[in-house]
Amino acid sequence: MARYTLSRLGQLILVLVGVSIVVFFTMHVLPGDVATLLLGERATEAQLTQLRHQLGLDQPVWLQYLQFAAQAVRGELGVSLRSNHAALADVWTAFPVTFQLALTSLILATGIGVPLGVLAGTKPNGWLDNIVLTATLFGVSMPIFWLGLMLLLLFGAWLEWLPIGGLMPTGVDVPRITGMTVLDSLIAGRADLLWISLRYLTLPAVALASIPLAMITRITRSEMLATASLDHVRTARAKGMPERLVIVRHILRNALIPVVTVIGLQLGLLLSGAVLTETIFALPGLGRLMVDSILSRDYPVVQAGALFIAFVFVLVNLLVDLCYALLDPRIRRA
Amino acid sequence: MTRTPARIGLAIVVVFLALCAGAGWIAPYDPFDQDLSAALSPPSAEHWFGADQYGRDMLSRVMHGTRTALLAVVVADGLALVLGCGLGLIAGFFGGRVDAVAMRLTDVLLAFPYLLLALIIVAALGPGLTNSMIAIGIVYTPQYARLIRGQVLAVRQADYVRAARALGAARIRIMLRHVLPNSFTPILVMATLQAGSVIVETAGLSFLGLGAQPPSPDWGALLSDGQSYFLTAWWIATFPGLAIFIVVIGFNLLGDTLRDRFDPRRLAR
Repeated sequence: MARYTLSRLGQLILVLVGVSIVVFFTMHVLPGDVATLLLGERATEAQLTQLRHQLGLDQPVWLQYLQFAAQAVRGELGVSLRSNHAALADVWTAFPVTFQLALTSLILATGIGVPLGVLAGTKPNGWLDNIVLTATLFGVSMPIFWLGLMLLLLFGAWLEWLPIGGLMPTGVDVPRITGMTVLDSLIAGRADLLWISLRYLTLPAVALASIPLAMITRITRSEMLATASLDHVRTARAKGMPERLVIVRHILRNALIPVVTVIGLQLGLLLSGAVLTETIFALPGLGRLMVDSILSRDYPVVQAGALFIAFVFVLVNLLVDLCYALLDPRIRRA
Repeated sequence: MTRTPARIGLAIVVVFLALCAGAGWIAPYDPFDQDLSAALSPPSAEHWFGADQYGRDMLSRVMHGTRTALLAVVVADGLALVLGCGLGLIAGFFGGRVDAVAMRLTDVLLAFPYLLLALIIVAALGPGLTNSMIAIGIVYTPQYARLIRGQVLAVRQADYVRAARALGAARIRIMLRHVLPNSFTPILVMATLQAGSVIVETAGLSFLGLGAQPPSPDWGALLSDGQSYFLTAWWIATFPGLAIFIVVIGFNLLGDTLRDRFDPRRLAR
């Protein structure tokens, strides 16, 4: 296991170097001069030259990249052009909002998706299976930004059960410890704030959970079906084991191994979806920060955010792989 | 999968294509015609899908939006297909270091959540429909590259390829004449399955203000427009979203059917 972990860590570093190259070059080499972007079209040539020199843009590209990489390792990714804070600090402030949203959605998707997939998979082509299959088709096909708006319209505007967007109502503040409103309310021991933050979290989390929920349900179902046709399951049945035990002990245990991977891999979907969900629900998270920074050409923040998200994504994928290897010894030996 | 879903999928895609071709004739109004007296009017006999804040007919705008959606499929999915097939063919056929470099490249692209990668590419190229389609095309490249590489590895040792090699056929000829045509089916399945996602993502970028810009009747841009009015005029955001939803269902059903039809491993299940 140690050897496997080390080799995966080596690959991780390679990928991270690649990621930093992609982020650096998309921001620096593609069309559009950074100095002109920062100073605007009306800047004089002298001003542009000075800024290029100041930013090190007049140096060879490979040298610029090395400097960028060295700074990135130290966590120095420039200063936001809008807020004047360190770009990484802005990213770090927004991250808990996204993390809370993504985690809640993942819990929802797993908590509902796995049991649903198991139920559908134990009786293929039954009425429940058909309903589940149709629902998952709808789930993967529904644009999340539309679902979000429709949920807002139905539960926020028409039924008035839940608030219309935002992280918390104006004037209500949760003492910031982790930056995650639900957790902070719990730490502060404030049941009233916990209730409010949960109400605000519900609609965005449901909207964001839709696609992962559909995918987790589908994969659980198909793994249940695939495992059910294996020899050891037939043996278990042949020796007269009760069906319930066959399902729990022999099918479910084996079927859930790939499901764990799929659950872990939903993170990419969740981070992507968070960009749209946060825009619809006016949440001050990382996705919204990225979009706002792109629209206002705040490149240091775009760069810091992209590196940060890719780093988190790659790290989680590594953890998922390691979990998989722990659960299934065949992977380690492969 | 039974035949009904396949038929529904095919029917949806055919209607979608027909609307792309005939939107100019079928649509009751010009999608850009403003009629301020009808501004924000709800669905009625004159305006089936209602009218937006400038009194433009939503039904006509949604109908014309099919064209941007189809364009996204052709350009973005097509770009991904061409880039991915090229990369995959080269990687699989030459193997060794070429393969290692190509696969690490796909690893790096896959290390970004897909919408994030599209976002940073658009950030670099600048917002706009063309750039957003290029961005989505690049995002989907690794999937095709991996698929084709796998196909190439599988057929590289096949007798007909060895025979062609023995006859002295050039590598490029073997790749284009023997390997690529034999990978056509999985490519078709993937292209169909990706079509739905491509429509959603391009609309998503437009929704965020990074793709098609107003007054384009792009579905994402229409939804973004509708977001500002959704409390008072629900129809502006509802119908374009519904259109995306239905078309994506169509492509997904068709893709699933093709996959089940051609994938022997799945047939066995």
